[in-house]
Amino acid sequence: MADLTTDFVGIHSPNPFWLASAPPTDKEYNVRRAFEAGWGGVVWKTLGAEGPPVVNVNGPRYGAIYGADRRVLGLNNIELITDRPLETNLEEMARVKADYPDRALIASIMVPCEEAAWKAILPRVAETGADGIELNFGCPHGMSERGMGSAVGQVPEYIEMVTRWCKQYYDRPVIVKLTPNIADIRKPARAARNGGADAVSLINTINSITSVDLDLMAPEPTIDGKGSHGGYCGPAVKPIALSMVSEIARDPATYGLPISGIGGITTWRDAAEFMALGCGSVQVCTAAMTYGFRVVEEMKAGLSRWMDEKGYATLDEVVGRAVPNVTDWKHLNLNYVTKARIDQDLCIKCGRCYAACEDTSHQAIGMSPDRTFTVIDAECVACNLCIDVCPVEDCIDMVRLAPGETDPRTGKVVKAEPADWTTHPNNPGAMAAE
Amino acid sequence: MTETMRLDGIRAGRLGPEDLTRNFSDLHPRFSDHEALVAADRCYFCHDAPCVTACPTDIDIPLFIRQIATGMEDAAARTIFQQNILGGMCARVCPTETLCEEVCVRQVAEGKPVEIGRLQRFATDSMMAAGEHPFTRAPETGRRVAIVGAGPAGLSCAHRLAMLGHSVTIYDARAKPGGLNEYGIAEYKTPGGFAQAEVDWLLKIGGITVETGRTIGAGLALEALRNDHDAVFLGIGLGGVGALGLEGEALGGADNAVDFIAALRQQDDLTQLPIGRNVVVIGGGMTAVDAAVQSKLLGAENVTIAYRRARDRMPASRWEQDLAASHGVRLVFGVVPHALHGDDRLREVELAYVGPDMAPTGETFRLPADQLFRAIGQKLVAVEGIALEGGKIAVTGAGRTSVEGVWAGGDCAAGGQDLTVTAVAEGRDAAMDIHASLTDGRV
Repeated sequence: MADLTTDFVGIHSPNPFWLASAPPTDKEYNVRRAFEAGWGGVVWKTLGAEGPPVVNVNGPRYGAIYGADRRVLGLNNIELITDRPLETNLEEMARVKADYPDRALIASIMVPCEEAAWKAILPRVAETGADGIELNFGCPHGMSERGMGSAVGQVPEYIEMVTRWCKQYYDRPVIVKLTPNIADIRKPARAARNGGADAVSLINTINSITSVDLDLMAPEPTIDGKGSHGGYCGPAVKPIALSMVSEIARDPATYGLPISGIGGITTWRDAAEFMALGCGSVQVCTAAMTYGFRVVEEMKAGLSRWMDEKGYATLDEVVGRAVPNVTDWKHLNLNYVTKARIDQDLCIKCGRCYAACEDTSHQAIGMSPDRTFTVIDAECVACNLCIDVCPVEDCIDMVRLAPGETDPRTGKVVKAEPADWTTHPNNPGAMAAE
Repeated sequence: MTETMRLDGIRAGRLGPEDLTRNFSDLHPRFSDHEALVAADRCYFCHDAPCVTACPTDIDIPLFIRQIATGMEDAAARTIFQQNILGGMCARVCPTETLCEEVCVRQVAEGKPVEIGRLQRFATDSMMAAGEHPFTRAPETGRRVAIVGAGPAGLSCAHRLAMLGHSVTIYDARAKPGGLNEYGIAEYKTPGGFAQAEVDWLLKIGGITVETGRTIGAGLALEALRNDHDAVFLGIGLGGVGALGLEGEALGGADNAVDFIAALRQQDDLTQLPIGRNVVVIGGGMTAVDAAVQSKLLGAENVTIAYRRARDRMPASRWEQDLAASHGVRLVFGVVPHALHGDDRLREVELAYVGPDMAPTGETFRLPADQLFRAIGQKLVAVEGIALEGGKIAVTGAGRTSVEGVWAGGDCAAGGQDLTVTAVAEGRDAAMDIHASLTDGRV
């Protein structure tokens, strides 16, 4: 059995699956049940400054995007940070941590961008015995209007400044949670590292309007006829999160900076993908909110089983393993020539590949009177759209032309040695690059 | 099971009203909204979709399913009705398992097709329940067309002609319009008076007059119709039923399956409809299955379908066969009726085994039988002056008969399958041809 124990910047947990700071981690009752269900760690729902807590709306806080049979693909929320008193949360955290010393318990914090505010709350959090803190620089709704959350995360200078305060007034690991609502995710990550952060976590939610109620002519979720943008999460955001994680993982300025991956992780496979791109732990919210805490069982068993199959004994062997294969477009091998091949035995003759190719791509699929679909090599650019729209798994393959074969589309012989855009004759900068 | 099920003879009230109500309820109830969305989502929106090719009325099935998937069942209904104005009935009675659903790529791939028939019903029921008719009539052309037979072919033809602005009179021999939709299909496929509701809805197009109790050849002469109208369409179905030609056929208890089905459909109180304890149905088509299953549902204890050929030759689809079997109907293949035995009434049916060439093997056996239903096919009652082909009205093109100005379609016309949906297609296509001829090709 593969070893799933996790040491993330000195924070230990029996497995890498943590519940993200969100509604599921808002109180002792939930967190105890999560730990009983097997979660390796919990990032407690974000704490605010001492004083009267924030209030939430009393209408709907969530909106959903559905796939077939109402499968939740994306969730949007306009809930704020914890609306319970700071003291209550701190007491509960201390009790839970004492009862579950082997689990990771991290405090998420969002207080105003003033040194005094951070200086005030950090010792209180430290007293709970929490394993570390996560700075919520990510929430894009509500709190950002008050100069917190993503309003901080969008200004690298603020990130660096606040991180520095935290490292100054708190002696356990500091994780900076990043907002994806920014043009270049590397900038805030570099700022976090410059401020002394032990790690970053990403992504927080994405600005979103789930849908528009066409009767009310108002965005959803709708509160008394009005709506506000919320934060989008769930399976739909995973590709965006993976890309942002990979950007930080391979940026020389942040290379090696530990990452806790967040964004639509629903299954063991999602988690493995985040880890392959450099995440030392993963955080889950929407999957738990959709299916309950029990989903962690599938995640743990699946990850362990997959690691056994691949011969990975520990998570260290997985984390970052795919990072070297993330590259810039200009380095992709242009001498790698493939052609689509349709397996006629598997083909169910729906014709979706034909419609897609004929109407929107390269007219590279032919259709016979008996509805047999075949690839026209002289037209096929190997774009992959036919595979993407084919409802049958493995029915269409991309088959590589061997060196020495002639590509009937270009009439050129396929070369064995790789060549990319940096050396391509059409590239005006090719000579300079050499 | 009640005690009355074990009483011999043909008698009413074998089952109580609650059992009968349950037995004759909708075979496939309408999808709920969510069920429809899930079922619609399974459609791949195929290019040049095989289901459309398989549909005799060429309904754009992927389009209407996509319209359901996007919450627009009324738009879906319009897509269906454009091609098939009886899309509501066809959604209920089409043997989809041998038409659109048989060739659905998901049937081919997984053995589980998109449920096209039930999705069609979802869409059509939605619009019809709202009482909305999706089409408006073109300005009156002053042309008059006579249609004989208010079955699926005649109704389809009438609707299309009326929509194009012609004035239509439909003559039908029965007391109610609808043809086999009203008289010839199992109750559980179209409960709740749907056939009449559909006719009423169809007639909302306007410009159609229905005259019932008018039989061609019996007071209604083709020549007179031709003289009084610009065109005539015959959709008269197959009114005759063959006899078995057996000794003992005159015994009480030997009936035509179509008459039994018609009587059942017109019976408001099924506790009053008599049925035998032991029933034998001779035949292998959908009428045989409809009669056999409904015999069971009325409380017959033992029901047997006796078909002369092997199972794979049976005209009723495998789905229909399984429906019968699931209701406890016994299917016997390779047998023909040999003799009917009884005294004052039918007591036994003697069946003889036959080979593939229909030659008797010499072996016979007897089944207890209080009642026997003949479902051995119907015959055309010929119309004077009209040329026939293979016992049906000969047609060329879109239903043109040997007589100038007279078209025919549906079961009475040669060629095609004897299905509701093919009748609708033939009626519609004949209407377009009639329209073209009445407007000198200016369609």
